[in-house]
Amino acid sequence: MTQISINVDGVNYSDDVEPRTLLVHYLREQVGKTGTVIGCDTSNCGSCTVHLDGQSVKSCSVFAVQADGHEVTTIEGLAVDGQLHPMQQAFHENHALQCGYCTPGMIMQSIDLLNENPSPSEEEVRDGLEGNLCRCTGYQNIVKAVLSQAEGARTPSEAQGAQS
Amino acid sequence: MTVTEDRPAAEIGQARRRKEDQRLITGRTKWTDNLTLPGMLHLAMVRSPVAHGTITSIDVEEAKASPGVIAVITGRDIADEQGSLPCAWPITEDQLAPPHPSIAVDTVNFAGEIVACIVARTAAQAKDAVELVDVEYDDLPVVLDMAAAAEGGDLTHPDLGTNVSATWVFDSAEAGTGTNVEDAIQAGEIIIERTYRQQRLIPAFMEPRSIVVDPTGEQTTMWSATQIPHILKLMLALTCGISESKLRVIAPDVGGGFGGKLQVTPEEVITLVVSRRLGRPCKYTETRSESILAAHHGRDQIQHLTLSANRDGTVTGLKVELLADMGAYLGLVTPGVPILGAFMYNSIYKFPAYRFVCKNIFTNKAWTDAYRGAGRPEATFAIERIMDELAAEVGVDPMEIRERNWIKPEEFPFSTVAGMEYDTGNYEAATDKAKQLFGYDELRAEQQRRRESGDPVQLGIGVSTFTEMCGLAPSRVLGALSYAAGGWEHATVRMLPSGKVEVLTGTSPHGQGHETAWSQIVADRLGVPFDDVEVLHGDTQIAARGLDSYGSRSLVVGGMAVVAAADKVIEKAKPIAAHLLEADVDDLEFEAGKFGVRGTDASIGIGELAFAVFSAHNMPEGVEPSLDAEATYDPVNFSFPHGTHLCAVEVDTETGEAKIRDYTCVDDVGKVINPLIVEGQVHGGLVQGIAQALFEEALYDDSGTLVTGSFVDYLVPSAADMPHFTTDRTESPSTTNALGVKGVGEAGTIASTPAVVNAIVDALRHLGINDIEMPCTPHRVWSAIQSRSSGEETPAQSQNVADSGLPSHNVTVSEGPADGGDGADPNVGRADSTSTGSETNGGAA
Ligand code: FES
Ligand code: FES
Repeated sequence: MTQISINVDGVNYSDDVEPRTLLVHYLREQVGKTGTVIGCDTSNCGSCTVHLDGQSVKSCSVFAVQADGHEVTTIEGLAVDGQLHPMQQAFHENHALQCGYCTPGMIMQSIDLLNENPSPSEEEVRDGLEGNLCRCTGYQNIVKAVLSQAEGARTPSEAQGAQS
Repeated sequence: MTVTEDRPAAEIGQARRRKEDQRLITGRTKWTDNLTLPGMLHLAMVRSPVAHGTITSIDVEEAKASPGVIAVITGRDIADEQGSLPCAWPITEDQLAPPHPSIAVDTVNFAGEIVACIVARTAAQAKDAVELVDVEYDDLPVVLDMAAAAEGGDLTHPDLGTNVSATWVFDSAEAGTGTNVEDAIQAGEIIIERTYRQQRLIPAFMEPRSIVVDPTGEQTTMWSATQIPHILKLMLALTCGISESKLRVIAPDVGGGFGGKLQVTPEEVITLVVSRRLGRPCKYTETRSESILAAHHGRDQIQHLTLSANRDGTVTGLKVELLADMGAYLGLVTPGVPILGAFMYNSIYKFPAYRFVCKNIFTNKAWTDAYRGAGRPEATFAIERIMDELAAEVGVDPMEIRERNWIKPEEFPFSTVAGMEYDTGNYEAATDKAKQLFGYDELRAEQQRRRESGDPVQLGIGVSTFTEMCGLAPSRVLGALSYAAGGWEHATVRMLPSGKVEVLTGTSPHGQGHETAWSQIVADRLGVPFDDVEVLHGDTQIAARGLDSYGSRSLVVGGMAVVAAADKVIEKAKPIAAHLLEADVDDLEFEAGKFGVRGTDASIGIGELAFAVFSAHNMPEGVEPSLDAEATYDPVNFSFPHGTHLCAVEVDTETGEAKIRDYTCVDDVGKVINPLIVEGQVHGGLVQGIAQALFEEALYDDSGTLVTGSFVDYLVPSAADMPHFTTDRTESPSTTNALGVKGVGEAGTIASTPAVVNAIVDALRHLGINDIEMPCTPHRVWSAIQSRSSGEETPAQSQNVADSGLPSHNVTVSEGPADGGDGADPNVGRADSTSTGSETNGGAA
C-alpha cells in the first residue's frame, strides 16, 4: 500500500492504495465518484475520461499513485453551485446523449478539446473525440453540442432545430 | 388547484429536451456497477479457452487458497440449482437444442464459456484467482463453418446427431398469400442468383453487463444491466426453481442494449445462485473483453437468393435459402431472429410468389441472438442489394427498378406475399423528398463525368428504400410463430392528491427517452403540465407488469398502454366530476385538463378532482375513491415504418478506400411524439448499420478463438469515422394505433447497410464488380478491383464463407492510411489476401 494525496473535485483526499490501483478504480471505489465509468479494458473507449491538472486523461490508463499530489476533476466536479457547466448544458440542449454511459467521458473530452482549440472545425471536433466511443448517438449531436460552445459559435438556443 | 397553466396546446410533436439528461450529464447516474451493499462479495468467471472439449478435471485448490477468496464454484457444484438457460422461441416442434448450463458441467462448446466462478472479498482478488484454477480439457473437433456444418461432418453437439437445429419454411403458395415460386422461376425472363453473407457482429453496448444480487431480504433482489427486467424475473424463477413471488428484478440506469441485453445470461443465473447459496450480496461486472467474447453476438447468416423477373424489371418471384449460425446454444430468442426476417424479404415490393427456407445451424462459437434489427437488417440488405442487381441487368437506374415494383400510395392497406398487412406508407413521397435533398440527379451526372474521365476516385450512389415490421407484437401472431409469450404491454397512471401524475410503464428504457416521451403523451391526454408527470420503470416491484423494450416496440405498444391507462383515468373521473358539479355525466366534456358542463361555465380541473378523490369526503354512491387506472394493450398489428436512404460514396480505386461523402435519409415513422428523440434514434441506427457495411466483424481463427476480442480489434466507429447525416421525415400515420405512431429504434440500422454497400458496388460496377463482401474494408475493395482487372473471380463471389478475407485495422474511412497493425492477423496469407491490410491501406497497388 502506498499513501497518496489527491485533490478530487476540489476536496483533498489522503488514501492508501495498492501500487496497481488504476485512477478510475480509486475514484469509483475509494472516493465514491461513480460518475466516472469504465467501458473497456484496453483504453479504447474514453468512458473514464477525467481531467488531471486541467487536461483530459483516460483514468483507466493512469495509476492512482501517478495522480499523487495532483488535481483531478470528474464529471461530478463540473457544475458549480448547482449551475451546470456550459458543456453539460450544451449536451442537454442538443440531445447529445441517449443512454448516457459515454457522456461523462465525452463531456470531459469535449471541454479539453475546446481548451486546446477554441474554434475548431467540424472535422477537428470529430478528430478530437476519436478516443471516445458512443454506441447510441451516431455522434452528430455530440459534434453539434461541442460546436455550439466554440468561440464565436451560435448560441445553443439558435442551434436547437431538431432537424438538420 | 388548477394544473393547466403554462402548457403548450400540444406536447406531442414538441422537441422537448429530455428529463433523464440531468442525472446523466452530472454523473449522478445509477449504473448497476455503482452499487455497493454491506458485506457484498465479488464474482469473477473462469472461462474456457477451448472452443470444444470435454472437461476432464478442474483443480480449484490453489484458487481457494488465494487471498480473499471465499469460494470457487464449478458447474458440478451447482448442477442441480442452475437449470438450463431458457430459449423462449422454439420455431418448430422438432427443433433440437442442447441443454444450456450457466456453468459448463461436462463439455465446453465455445471459447469463453464459463467453467468456474470465483467468489472473493474484492473484485481484484476474484480476478487474481481466476488464473489459479487449473482446468484440463480433452479436445473435440471444432465446428466453425456453418455451410459445412449444415451438410454434416463433425458435430457441435454429438448427442443431437446433426448440426441443424431446425428448418423453417414459409411458402406463399402453401400459405395462400401468393403463387408458386418454382413456377415463377421456371417462367422468368430474367433470373438472378446471389449469395450474400451477413458477418457476425457484436452489439457492443457501452455499459458492460453488471449484476448485483441481494439475497438477504424476504424477496431476493437482482439489479441487472438488462433490457428485460420483467422477462428476466419470470425466466430466473423458471430456470432456477425459485418462486416468482420471491424475486424482484431492477434494471436501474442501463447503458445501451441494442438487443445485446435482451437475454437471460449465465452470469445472471450464476450470481443469483451463488449469492443465495452463500447468503451474501454478490456483484459481477464483466470486462469489455468478456463482453465481446461471451455476451451474445448478432447476424451471421448466409443468404442465397433466386429472383425472377420479366424483361421490363417486374419481379415475378423470390426464393430465399438461408443458413443462420446459432453458435453453440440457443439463447432467449436465437432461433426466431432469422424468422423475423422471413416477412421482410419482399420489403416494399409487390412480389407474386415467395418462398423462404431457413436452416438454423450449431457451431462452436458464442451464441447469436437479437442485435438491433434482428432478422430485418439481413432481409433488407439482401433484397436491396439484389434489386440493384436487377436494375443493372435490365439496364435502368436502381430507383427506376424500385418504382416499377413498389406498392403505390393508393394501394394501402396492402396484403403482402409474406402474409403481412401494411397499413400505410408512401414510398413515392419519401423518395421524392430524399432525392431532392440529396441532389440525386446532379450526383448521377457527376458520376457519369468521373466514369468518362477515368477518375481514380469513382463516385457511387447507393439506394435503400426499406420498410420493416416492428412494434413486437400482436400476441396472437407471436403465438402463431411459436413464441412463448405475448406481445402486450402494461401501464398504470396514478393521480396523486396534489394533482401530479405518476406513470408506471412496463417498457424498460436504456437510452430511448421514455421518461420524456411518455410525459408528453400523458400531458396531452390528461391536460397536465409536462413537468408534473413522473415516469417510473425498470423495477418489477414498482412497474410490476411488463414485457420490456426491444423490437422497436416501446412507443407503439408501451406508449399505447399509457394512452389506454390515461383514458381510463378520465373515464373513472367522469362520474365523480359530474357528482361534484351536480351535472349529468352525459353533459360533461373533458378538455385541456378540465371537466366542464356543456353550455355553462362550471368546471373542475383533474388535479382538483384528484384531491377531492383523495379526501373522499363527497363521493358519488358506490364509486371507489381512486382515479388510478391500469391498462394492458395488445397491438392489433405490427407497425411498418419505411424510408428512402441515399448514400454517396467516393471509392479510391488505387487504395480501395471508400469514403462516405453524403448520407441523406427521409424516414416515415408515422406520427412523431418528440422529433429530437426520433432524429437521435435515426442517427445512432445509421452508424450501427454503416459500421456493419464498413468496419465491424467478429472473427474466429481456425481453433475457434475469437481474434477480435477487444475494442482494439473489433472496430466500433468513432466520430472521426462518420459523416454528417442529412435526415428528414414524411408522415404517414399508422392506422392501427390511436397515436398514429410507428417504431423508429431499428430503422436506421436496417436501412443504412445496403445503402452503403450499394453505393460502393455502384462506384465499381463499370469495372465488372457486382459485389463486395462486408465489411467493405479498403483491402476487400482493392482486392476486388485487382482481381477484376486481372480477370479473376472477386472474393465476394466465392461462396466459401470461412474464406472471409482480411479485416482492416484502418478504422479511418474518411482519412488516409492509418496504422495497419495486421502482423498478428491469422488470415494473412489466405488465398484472397494478396497483401496485408497495412500495405493495402498504404496504397500498395
Ligand atoms: S475505460 Fe478507460 S478508455 Fe475505456
Ligand atoms: S449515449 Fe449511449 S454510449 Fe453514448
